[in-house]
Amino acid sequence: MGTGNFETTIGLEVHVEMQTNSKLLSPSPVHYGDEPNENTNVIDFGYPGVLPVANKGALEYGMRVALALNATVSPFIRWDRKNYFYPDNPKSYQTTQSQTPIGTNGHLDVTLTDGTIKRVRIKEMHVEEDAGKNTHGDDGYSYVDLNRQGTPLIEIVSEPDIASPDEAYAYLEQLRQAILFTGVSEAKMQEGQMRADVNISIRPYGSNEYGTKVEMKNINSFTYVRNALIFEEQRQAEVLRSGGVIQQETRRYNEPTKSTMLMRVKEGADDYRYFPEPDLAPVVIDQQWISEVAAELPKSASQRQKDYVDTLGIAPYDAEVLTQTLAMADFYDATVADGADAKRAANYLIGDVNAYMNKHQVELQETKLTPEHLSGMIKLIESGTISTKQAKQVFEAIMTGEEPEAFAKKNGLVQISDPTVLLGWITEVLDNNPQSIEDFKGGKDRATGYLIGQLMKMSKGQANPGVMNKLLLEELAKR
Amino acid sequence: MTINFFDNDLNSLHDKLVNKEITVTELTQATLDNIEKTDDQLNAFITTNAQEAMKKASEIDEKGEFTHVLSGLPVALKDNLSTKGIPTTGASHILEGFKPVYDATVVDKLQNAGAISVGKANMDEFAMGGSTETSYYKQTTNAWDHTKVPGGSSGGSAAAVAGGLVPFALGSDTGGSIRQPAAFNGIVGLKPTYGRVSRWGLFAMASSLDQIGPFTRTVKDNALVLNTIAGFDAKDSTSSNRDVPDFTSKLSGDVKGLKIAVPKEYFGEGIDPKVAATVKAAIAQLEALGAIVDEVTLPHTKYGVAAYYIIMSSEASSNLQRYDGVRYGFRADNVKTLEDLYVKTRSEGFGDEVKRRIMLGTFSLSAGAYDAFFKKAAKIRTLLIEDFNKVFEDYDVIVGPTAPTVAYGLGEEIDDPTAMYLADVLTIPVNLAGLPGLSVNAGFVDGLPVGLQIIGKPFDEQTVYQTGFAYEQASRLFEKKPDIAKAY
Repeated sequence: MGTGNFETTIGLEVHVEMQTNSKLLSPSPVHYGDEPNENTNVIDFGYPGVLPVANKGALEYGMRVALALNATVSPFIRWDRKNYFYPDNPKSYQTTQSQTPIGTNGHLDVTLTDGTIKRVRIKEMHVEEDAGKNTHGDDGYSYVDLNRQGTPLIEIVSEPDIASPDEAYAYLEQLRQAILFTGVSEAKMQEGQMRADVNISIRPYGSNEYGTKVEMKNINSFTYVRNALIFEEQRQAEVLRSGGVIQQETRRYNEPTKSTMLMRVKEGADDYRYFPEPDLAPVVIDQQWISEVAAELPKSASQRQKDYVDTLGIAPYDAEVLTQTLAMADFYDATVADGADAKRAANYLIGDVNAYMNKHQVELQETKLTPEHLSGMIKLIESGTISTKQAKQVFEAIMTGEEPEAFAKKNGLVQISDPTVLLGWITEVLDNNPQSIEDFKGGKDRATGYLIGQLMKMSKGQANPGVMNKLLLEELAKR
Repeated sequence: MTINFFDNDLNSLHDKLVNKEITVTELTQATLDNIEKTDDQLNAFITTNAQEAMKKASEIDEKGEFTHVLSGLPVALKDNLSTKGIPTTGASHILEGFKPVYDATVVDKLQNAGAISVGKANMDEFAMGGSTETSYYKQTTNAWDHTKVPGGSSGGSAAAVAGGLVPFALGSDTGGSIRQPAAFNGIVGLKPTYGRVSRWGLFAMASSLDQIGPFTRTVKDNALVLNTIAGFDAKDSTSSNRDVPDFTSKLSGDVKGLKIAVPKEYFGEGIDPKVAATVKAAIAQLEALGAIVDEVTLPHTKYGVAAYYIIMSSEASSNLQRYDGVRYGFRADNVKTLEDLYVKTRSEGFGDEVKRRIMLGTFSLSAGAYDAFFKKAAKIRTLLIEDFNKVFEDYDVIVGPTAPTVAYGLGEEIDDPTAMYLADVLTIPVNLAGLPGLSVNAGFVDGLPVGLQIIGKPFDEQTVYQTGFAYEQASRLFEKKPDIAKAY
């Protein structure tokens, strides 16, 4: 990888908002999209005399991410203050974990486009609070919305193991999936729930020292990250080739031009004056607590894919589709656990259910479909109670929350497979159509078609065609 | 009518209300009259809330219920305790006119008990100072001599109690800010064990050192107030969930066999010999009552001031960053940029002492200085704690002077910060170790009160009170009144 004679070194710091009920340090709700400053209280506003109380759930969510990324969970957590002034930061310090990260020494095995697997080491993970949001009005005023202030974040700091923009893209996608399957966040990019700070440097092949790194902050699209890195590795190579020097600087990615612009040159490191947060007691995390959290950790996407293929006989591609979101995978697992045929359940979710979600632009959990109803319908098909054709109507119904068996009964969508009932009809039809029996015996296959038509009419379409066909042939043979 | 808080302790006032000798309305009105009459000499209050107080008084009279010993009794609150709707300034220009939207937990507890806040007491700006001279608003004087400082930082609360304006008050103590003004004014002041009283609503100076505590005229009164304000608070993660005992339960006057340690370092260089002699006489009196008294050593005492000023200023520099002019309080005019807003607001809003400590703390936490300053100070803190632990293996309490001198003249030390900081040498180690510390009057030097400091094991306020009570009952010093008492 790299550009001409240079190799590229990329490190990523990814921030993910964790969807706890309340904020990291206050009881205010964590909720996106409400009126400015609706989800705030005196703590979020940094009023004089207020004190934080750490959200245990947020710490446990952090532990989940640490476990999912194969990291060591720290046995002792102390909170730290990171001091800086900004209007979206009401206390003028951010509560974070600089000295005792929740997780250290993790890794993520990233499958690259050529199928090879690359291990990206994860240096550490911190649980910390998000800042509020500043907006600049047309009226000359700036506005501060503190709804987001205090939302718990998990910050995931990679080692500089990433060698190309494509690898960075693959890492981000697969990191997102790993986090989705911890259940701590839906990691919606468009709502800013997942954002990346990017560091990139280049150096001549064979050089022992890293080049000077350039930083780009808060990019909330994986494509933008890739584009920014592509531009940046070319730019840096051109600077070096023309005898220039890379400055340590912060740049901003501009999507319309797909280029980066200088924001500010860094002169030495920022001094955030980190020190232990005296308002919060340190937390001891023992093995039992870690085990309890590990027990709650949903099974990872890759483990589920393996199970689907090996145990349930699902095609690898289908297994991947089923594990694109935790909600879909959980739904699938519940459907199968309820007794549905695994392949049929997979086909319905990947096909009809996905199509429904796309058509109505809804998430799976926003539909009225339940695993029990889907499995109920599949069981009706498997048992021959309804035909696959009838199932289309039942599917429409279960998507609106109807119970499949009750719906089928109410609407007469029930196949009749009972031989005594079918035999009664067959006898009647044969008795009334001696000509057709003659035709059949004369070798006219069409004759059975006519008889089946009569039988379907008589059964109002409810006769199970397979069973009826078999019985009809038996009866014909007897005559 | 007039009411005299010198001759009535909390129980006696309570009895008078229960027996309907006086009404809460009369008591509150008399208190407000007293403040009106004498506060031009003391300047103890930044804000009085007569209207609100009288309204609450008549509500309690109407109900006629005095279920709590503090029901219907007036109290002064240090102006760094958050009171909903009532201006709370921390004695700083940067919070001029600021009305909090919530009550501190201690304020809630006093209100639930039926106590009536008559006003917000003066203090050093953000509790930074030992003389109440750094207040942006006014100069409080000593109840015994109006040319002397009342001590600080809770000088207004101490002067209000010592001057007979209120029967009790709350202050806060980060390095001696309750005990030293109690000593300077000849009254009783307790800094409880760290975590004993919730800090929710206390405008933070140094979070790991701050504690709220009571000022009273007697030890028993002090224990009664602590009974009311102590206890775990879910809103303060550093408050302790230990059971709260009845702090009056060991007030028998008996100290026979009590083991008292007297650190030799507390009588060393810088301690006024007359103060030392007065305190030694008080200790002799405890010995005469049957206590066992031994000299001990707290070898790291001399490093306490340096460690304290680094830790305190570091935490304060961070805690005071929220005063940025963005959301509440003072905002400078004519600002063009965001940086302008911060620089001008904070330059104009803070006084010199606050700025001095913010700069000291900011430096101590900076990347190049952190290890040599903040980290080293934290290590000294551990050594100080070990010093105390060692002594408490063999002793029940530690006693010594509260302050090296009696109250000094107004304006005498304010321009010499180092001298001012050194005056905290005897009280600071108690905060660094998180221990309970009480100051009771031990006598007078040149007509000014001297404080006897009694330091206890963590969460053993009971034995601290037991010791203070025995001495107070034997000395009867609480019966002495300053001249201002004649005004009532």
